Amino acid sequence: MAATNTPSEVVFRVRRFDPVADASPHWDEYRLPYTTGMTVLDGLKRLKETAAPTLAWRSSCRMGVCGSCGMFINGRPRLACNTQITELGTNLVTVAPLPNFNIIRDLVPDLFPMFDAHQALKPYLIRDDTAEQYEPTDEFWQSMHQLEEYLQFSYCIKCGCCMAACPTYATDPTYSGPMPLGQAHRYNTDTRDGGFQARKEVLAGEQGPWRCHYAGECSRVCPKGVDPAKAIQLMKRELVLDYLRLRKESCPAKVAGKPAASTRREGIPDAPPPTVQRAGV
Amino acid sequence: MRDQRLWTWHVGAGIVILVFLGLHMAIMHVDTLLGVFNAPRTEAIDWENVVHRAQSAFFVVTYVVLLGTALFHGLYGLRNIVFELNPTSGLKKAVNVVLLIGGIGLFGLGAWAAIASRAL
Repeated sequence: MAATNTPSEVVFRVRRFDPVADASPHWDEYRLPYTTGMTVLDGLKRLKETAAPTLAWRSSCRMGVCGSCGMFINGRPRLACNTQITELGTNLVTVAPLPNFNIIRDLVPDLFPMFDAHQALKPYLIRDDTAEQYEPTDEFWQSMHQLEEYLQFSYCIKCGCCMAACPTYATDPTYSGPMPLGQAHRYNTDTRDGGFQARKEVLAGEQGPWRCHYAGECSRVCPKGVDPAKAIQLMKRELVLDYLRLRKESCPAKVAGKPAASTRREGIPDAPPPTVQRAGV
Repeated sequence: MRDQRLWTWHVGAGIVILVFLGLHMAIMHVDTLLGVFNAPRTEAIDWENVVHRAQSAFFVVTYVVLLGTALFHGLYGLRNIVFELNPTSGLKKAVNVVLLIGGIGLFGLGAWAAIASRAL
């Protein structure tokens, strides 16, 4: 349960690094008055307006959707916009860039290695019928049950918190990491996709899920509640079954047929009249 | 592709070890009560029981299979630990060669001991 005590002042301890001026990163400390509902991102913005105009970070949506503001806050990778100061249980807020990545400047990590690994695993639908894919005549058929198989993995916002928490990625930068592997599993599990063999070129090699020894930190820190550790273990199972030729090849889902002409069922009452009159009607 | 193959064998070896280690535990610790593999009212480590097992083809095969799977399972795990230290590709190759030669050598020695003990 989050702490409810509200501090009057917040101390921000921020890791600063200017590649032009600094030989190595250093810590700077700033004090700010606390305002109700203040998030770490709010605090950083206030700092930029007042005490630290050159402070650099990434952020965009301010609502935990875009995944830009992943930072190492009080010893844990979190989204700055999603982290209330009161949630931390202390008025000392330590902010550093995400670990396991090079620093571009201040709180801006170099996420290119993560997105390169992501791209290498082809995180998109791969199908034989490319004409239908790019100029669809209709939807690809998928049941709710099939959707459930990968739905939670599709909530990933690529913030990099899981990569920053991964102990394997910390020592082995050639490991693909939880985000790219989780997303590869998301597409492998999607019944509209037929790209398992194409992704296997990377997955079955040294960069694949074999390096994961299930520390589970990626799932613990994920701000969206995604479970990449589970995805990686499920992917191992799929690859073992594939090696043993026991994996069921689910052909990419067919294009859904046009629904037959619908008729209104009896006994359904009419919708109530609108309560607001639209202009000009 | 090689890692997919090695991992599958690693998992397979784990399952074999589970079965054979279960057998080992049954023989060494439970059979005093069951009296199936050893002579009744004797200890599993009594010399006559050891000789009896060594002369049995079933046990020789058991020893060799358990040795092979345990060696592979353990050495593959060791390889993974070493690889987590992010060695260079040359060092990785050297580790692979050392573990392969070491594993084959230990397997040969152990298998020879298991087979040779039939002459006891």
